[in-house]
Amino acid sequence: MTVAPPGPASQDAPLEPLETLWHDRPGIIGFLTTVDHKRLGIRYVYTAFVFFFMSGLMALAMRAQLAQPDSHLIGPDTYNELMSVHGTTMIFLFNTPVLAGFGNYLVPLQIGARDVAFPRLNAFSYWVFFFAGVFMYSSFLIGSAPSGGWFGYVPLTSSTFSPGLNIDFWGLGIVFVGLSTTAGSINFIVTIFKMRAPGMTLNRMPIFVWSMLVFSFMALFAVPAVSLAAGLLELDRLFGTAFFVPGSGGNVLLYQHLFWFWGHPEVYILFVPATGMVSMIVPVFSRRPLTGYLWIVASLVSIGFLSFGVWVHHMFATGVPLLAMSVFSAASFVIALPSAVQFFAWIATMWRGRVRLGVPMLFCLGFFFIFLLGGMTGVMAAVMPFDWQATDSYFIVAHFHYVLNGAVVFPIFGAMYFWGPKMTGRALSERLGRWSFWVMFVAFNVTFFPMQILGLLGMPRRVFTYDNGLGWGTLNLIASVGSVFFALGTGLSLWNWVRAVRRKEPVADDPWEADSLEWSTTSPPPEFNFAALPVVEGRHPLWDATPLRYAVGEGPGTDGLTLAGAVDRRTPVTEGFVTRPQEDLWIPHESWVPVLTAAGIAVLFTGLLVSAGLVLAAGIVSVVVAAATWAWRTEEDLP
Amino acid sequence: MTVVAAGSVPIGAAPRPGRSVAWWGMLLVITTEGMVFAILLAAWLYLRASSPSWPPAGTELPDLRLTIPFSFVLWASSIPVLAAERALARGRLVAFRTFMTVAWLMGAAFLAYTIHDFQALHYGWRDSAYASGFYAIVGLHAIHLGVGLAMVAVVVVKAALGRYDRGHHRSAEVAALYWHFVDAVWLFVMPTVFLLGHLR
Repeated sequence: MTVAPPGPASQDAPLEPLETLWHDRPGIIGFLTTVDHKRLGIRYVYTAFVFFFMSGLMALAMRAQLAQPDSHLIGPDTYNELMSVHGTTMIFLFNTPVLAGFGNYLVPLQIGARDVAFPRLNAFSYWVFFFAGVFMYSSFLIGSAPSGGWFGYVPLTSSTFSPGLNIDFWGLGIVFVGLSTTAGSINFIVTIFKMRAPGMTLNRMPIFVWSMLVFSFMALFAVPAVSLAAGLLELDRLFGTAFFVPGSGGNVLLYQHLFWFWGHPEVYILFVPATGMVSMIVPVFSRRPLTGYLWIVASLVSIGFLSFGVWVHHMFATGVPLLAMSVFSAASFVIALPSAVQFFAWIATMWRGRVRLGVPMLFCLGFFFIFLLGGMTGVMAAVMPFDWQATDSYFIVAHFHYVLNGAVVFPIFGAMYFWGPKMTGRALSERLGRWSFWVMFVAFNVTFFPMQILGLLGMPRRVFTYDNGLGWGTLNLIASVGSVFFALGTGLSLWNWVRAVRRKEPVADDPWEADSLEWSTTSPPPEFNFAALPVVEGRHPLWDATPLRYAVGEGPGTDGLTLAGAVDRRTPVTEGFVTRPQEDLWIPHESWVPVLTAAGIAVLFTGLLVSAGLVLAAGIVSVVVAAATWAWRTEEDLP
Repeated sequence: MTVVAAGSVPIGAAPRPGRSVAWWGMLLVITTEGMVFAILLAAWLYLRASSPSWPPAGTELPDLRLTIPFSFVLWASSIPVLAAERALARGRLVAFRTFMTVAWLMGAAFLAYTIHDFQALHYGWRDSAYASGFYAIVGLHAIHLGVGLAMVAVVVVKAALGRYDRGHHRSAEVAALYWHFVDAVWLFVMPTVFLLGHLR
């Protein structure tokens, strides 16, 4: 006879040994070898924010250069480097990994699992991202940072016109960091389909989990294209192949097709999880369930599909046949529709609820305003005749900052305030948060709105200065002043975070009275997430049935659901749809293999960079050895 | 008898165990790797469409005399892998090892043919975009085949050391799935790169 434990509240006694069973080794060894999705998720977020602030400083330097006409403050070469690294960082080293970090932290908690499907692969993804970032930034140390733009168009980036290591740091770095996104996406998809707690059918999944699912599928289909664009470019540069050399039958437009086949889906790869965050925050602060759940899911999925049919709108000025352009123009209009559906669903949610203006909600409201403008200018740019006028002008710079900074970074800041207390167990200051939001929101528009006018006045993008007589000085000065205040606004949030972690003011388990499963755990959650797995009986587990009910195994092969699973480091693998437990997944202990494999890849890429056969060989050997060790020690086989 | 405390829900196990998460993970690796090959082949066709002649004048056409028989050897190597999977599901480990070794030898024969094919070519990868594409696509497939050979080798050794039984063989399933993928990719690469060149 067994008496089932109902939930964490009544399990105070067995929790103590559990903690020690799950605890990583202390110190640097535990830091390097941990496979805990929560530690890795927070580390993803922190590392990405380090890149965010470095890249922000580069933006400030560029705005200082552009504040006045005919300025020679930093000069053209440095400007090109800052511009290229700023864009590359924001896409590859901030936005993508920070969203992956939130996904890492939140997805297992929101679906009621004790970890992800592949914990060591998860650690590997983080370390690849880390080493790829260090790899690209090390270019500053030897004074040859990438300078061919974040897009790296040929023939400018070919070895003929860009000799030196600058572009190689970029091209190899892009291939390198793509491994991290790919491994992370595989992990998310399998985790979401196979690890959901009993009762969490697909139509009960939190929208953020849905958005990470769409993010991951899009990444699996899109990332190969950019890896090939950068990879073939590097083959041309390092080994003398002729993919993009017109004289030898190569084609420079092929590069643009490859780059944008990834590049446009990538915009939505970032946007979809950001809207997923908004769809989690808005209902909680409107104190009612999300209106149009199914409509929002359908929107996310259709954005995923449609985003692969719009890439040529980046190439309207390159001489693509008119019929092809018309198709891509039409698709670019159509993709505005699912975004609009989401927008109306959020408005309806607020309309029918009672809105509280907490800091996370403020960031969502700011997102609505900014995304509306960014979306509108996006529809304008989909109109071919308009695009021919505006392309390569500051209008486009304004548009993509409204979309990628406004519509992605604002939800990310909202998420920092919303889930930050859960992640750190510390309360953030509401007052500082409000100041940060309002400074960021006003300064954002002061910075980027004038750029739309500058673009229409004809100011080209990607230039380090402009003539005095063109009359662009005042608007540029306004934008530069705005950028300083935007930086201050983000700095206030950074200070808020540091202050909260140092002051150690504890926070409630569910400070926002939210609905999803992560709020049923402590703040921060225990290492095993759930002592017994919760049973999900509706779309809003903490609103539908209080108190939350917990699973008790019935029959053989089900004790992973209960405390026994937490004790043995097991988590159930469930059916993809019905979510009955099928078997238990053993969660591995700390491992050196992920970090060493990633380090081996870093050696391999360094060998390619400096064309040193010995270094390359050392990298290949260490990757092969590490991978073989990994394959040898699969714990699913007999011990 | 089970007494269910208040606030608990009894949950029964699924009727069937289902595929392992490792198998699903490999399926997704194959998805993204398949996308790599699809995009590479699309790039190849794009270059072909934008070139006046393909292959460029003075470049030899791919030699089919060895390619066709060795392609069939590679495709046929999926058959012993299927047999090995059946043997493993029934716990016949010796048969499993034998079939996997046969598949390994067939794959190794194909890899040897690829290396021979590269050595017999009269152009290098620098000579034209056609040449670059040929080396890159066929070479990338050869690298994948090499990875497949390594995986099958690990699996055969693991089986020989008695680390599998009827119910425990995740890494073997994963290696077999990957092997089928490497064979299937060649179904697309061979016609596009070798046969289409002869169509003018």
